[in-house]
Amino acid sequence: MRQLYDQLKDTYRLTEYGERHPGQAAAQVPAERLTSLLTQLRDAHGFSHLVLMTCVDWLEQGQFQVTYILHNHTRRQDFILKVRVDRAHPVLPSIHTLWKQARVYQRELHEMFGLEFPGSPGIDEPMILESWQGPPPMRRDFDTRKFSEERYSHRPRSHSEPEARMKEQLYPED
Amino acid sequence: MPEDKEIVTPVPPAERPEWVKDERTLTNSGLPEEERDWFCDARPRRAEKSWRVVENFMNWARAHSLWILAFGTGCGAIELRPLVTARYDISRLGMQMRPTPRQASVFLIGGYVSLKTLKRIVRSYEQMQGPKFVVAVCSCAINGGMYWDSYNTIKRIDEYIPVDVYVTGCMPRPEAVLAGFNLLKKLIREGKAEGQNLYADKFDWFKANQKQVITDWNMPDYNW
Repeated sequence: MRQLYDQLKDTYRLTEYGERHPGQAAAQVPAERLTSLLTQLRDAHGFSHLVLMTCVDWLEQGQFQVTYILHNHTRRQDFILKVRVDRAHPVLPSIHTLWKQARVYQRELHEMFGLEFPGSPGIDEPMILESWQGPPPMRRDFDTRKFSEERYSHRPRSHSEPEARMKEQLYPED
Repeated sequence: MPEDKEIVTPVPPAERPEWVKDERTLTNSGLPEEERDWFCDARPRRAEKSWRVVENFMNWARAHSLWILAFGTGCGAIELRPLVTARYDISRLGMQMRPTPRQASVFLIGGYVSLKTLKRIVRSYEQMQGPKFVVAVCSCAINGGMYWDSYNTIKRIDEYIPVDVYVTGCMPRPEAVLAGFNLLKKLIREGKAEGQNLYADKFDWFKANQKQVITDWNMPDYNW
């Protein structure tokens, strides 16, 4: 894996090489070289399987880190690519032309983190959050507890209050 | 107990479209014009009780043929498999699973309810024919459970549809669900499982709650 990294390092400006165990390497790549690097890895180096795309919110550094994991089936190797984007303008190239299934990941990242992938098909369709109003919920500055308390708070009623009924049944003397 | 205010929002005559007959007619406001004819615009009505002897007999019959529509929204639905298979075998109690709301009389909510599923739950509940009962299984459906601070999970299902029997647990064992069904049977025999009538009585309260969380309301106000 180190050999592959050294080979690609200068062309694609890879940095921060890391290897947890033989067969799994990680590297960071700038966003503008991402598509060409993924194409190179897929076509020339046998990393034909996009395992997943995911995102980490580095709130303190003002960045999103998008992670792409590729797998080589013949050599049983994983290559983890990390891309840092600015948190204020999180725009990344869409890779649905390389792997069709990437559009689903991109839809999800758009919904949960507010990342933009220009040109990705169906990116604005809601996946889980139908009729969502508010900031993307997986960002770290989104206060899920406050949102939940405001939106799904308990509403008073006059009928069938389970709390009162259970209290009556279990602790009638109180 | 304080009587909560009826949130009736009558359609004033000036703004009334011609197909809205009076202020009790549902406007089905989220629907496109051409789809309004497909749905009923009348509000749900109370099922009035008949003579006591007849009602007792009917309640006995109802209690012995509970057909279940299981809405497996979460992990509680896992417990339904042992319930229908050989060990607990609910068919000996006259219950069976049905695939469609039109054939079912018990609506079983098994697990957490997200906003997306709440829409489908309301719709399925309204499509069920009366008499219909709701059993909420799992803590998540009853009070939010471990999703009490989640951004997309509603906390209490009984604010959106009426619930007759609550089965707590995370997840409840099949014995607990069976005990819940026995309680439901007892309530039906006594004529106390009145969720359907509650829905008709407090229709505006339930509808206001549903519309408060489902902001793009593109469903008919009541569909059956």
